[in-house]
Amino acid sequence: MEKEVVSSVVNLAPLAKSLAIGLSGIGAAVGIGLIGAKAMEAIGRNPEATGKILVPMLIASAFAEAVAIYGLVIAFSIK
Amino acid sequence: MATNNTHIIEIETNAEEVAEQPVAPIHETTIYAEPIFHVGSFQITNSLLNSWLAVLVIIAFCVLLRVKLRQIPGKVQHIFEILLEGALSLCDQVTNDRKITVKIFPLVLSLFIFILINNWLGLLPIVGSIGFIEHIGKESFFIPIFRAGTADINTTLALSIAIVIGSNVFGIMAIGAWKIFNKYVNIKALGEMVTKFRKDKNFIIVGPISFFVGILELIGEMAKVASLSFRLFGNVFAGEVLLASMSAIFLYLLPTPFLVLEIFVGLIQALIFSLLATVYFTIASQDHGEHEEHEQGHEEKELVSI
Repeated sequence: MEKEVVSSVVNLAPLAKSLAIGLSGIGAAVGIGLIGAKAMEAIGRNPEATGKILVPMLIASAFAEAVAIYGLVIAFSIK
Repeated sequence: MATNNTHIIEIETNAEEVAEQPVAPIHETTIYAEPIFHVGSFQITNSLLNSWLAVLVIIAFCVLLRVKLRQIPGKVQHIFEILLEGALSLCDQVTNDRKITVKIFPLVLSLFIFILINNWLGLLPIVGSIGFIEHIGKESFFIPIFRAGTADINTTLALSIAIVIGSNVFGIMAIGAWKIFNKYVNIKALGEMVTKFRKDKNFIIVGPISFFVGILELIGEMAKVASLSFRLFGNVFAGEVLLASMSAIFLYLLPTPFLVLEIFVGLIQALIFSLLATVYFTIASQDHGEHEEHEQGHEEKELVSI
């Protein structure tokens, strides 16, 4: 009974949604930052390889981004 | 039960208020595709309509291109030949073997084109803005006729399940059913515990470990389905939500850079999906045990040469 009363007043769903997308966003941001930093470093060391580095970098950052996207999907599916 | 009753009462009171004053129909960005009409008990959703549209576009384009096919290529044919060469060399980079490339290239390229057209069709101005208003109870919802085909989890799930099953079938065709079966349920390793125990005592430890690794491989196969489908679906769906919220903030000029970003994301995601499909097919077609033996032989050769 007490639980039902509390759940009718306090709605934790928005908090859960924002935590899901926020925390997964942190992970993806760190990942993409590392990928970008390393790619910049590689281009700095070897400027001729820019074209070769670009495509794998984009693919790797899309993988890192996907983590945040999972979080977004979860956030949308929380009712 | 008590809360349920109060909820119903609340909804009823809300509905009474709604009935008094006319309100604009609600458009929710739902995670599922909305059904447009039914054929028997089969729902035709707006995403399904859009993927049929994509198929029509591809068929029309292919027929046009096929009719104009010449021995000496024209401008359009030339562009497509260059693109095809690029795609073949990219596929070669992944597979490292022209034979495998030639076998899986048609499947992977058609996957790429289907996903690409689907992603880009979802960005057209008619998608998501033309629709009808449906009344459910006393509330009215706006339901768009079109929705990007890949913005529905069912489409991407179907594609990824097809890829994972297809890669295993391809593996069976390439290296045989027994080896693929042993990859997942490693009876061979358990057998080697008994047969090779005399020769090398390590097999008593290696056997159970390889058996467990096989089970992990089986779980990994399901993880492949989940990650493939969620990645594509999530990216396209998130793009739609992003564009909608940007248009809600300021309609003019603000969504333009995001629209360009979404075009780029659509291309990248189609590329990643087909590239991963290529990787899965290649892994399935390689014989793990033979590969190791081959590597050992290679190392020995290197030692000899040193």
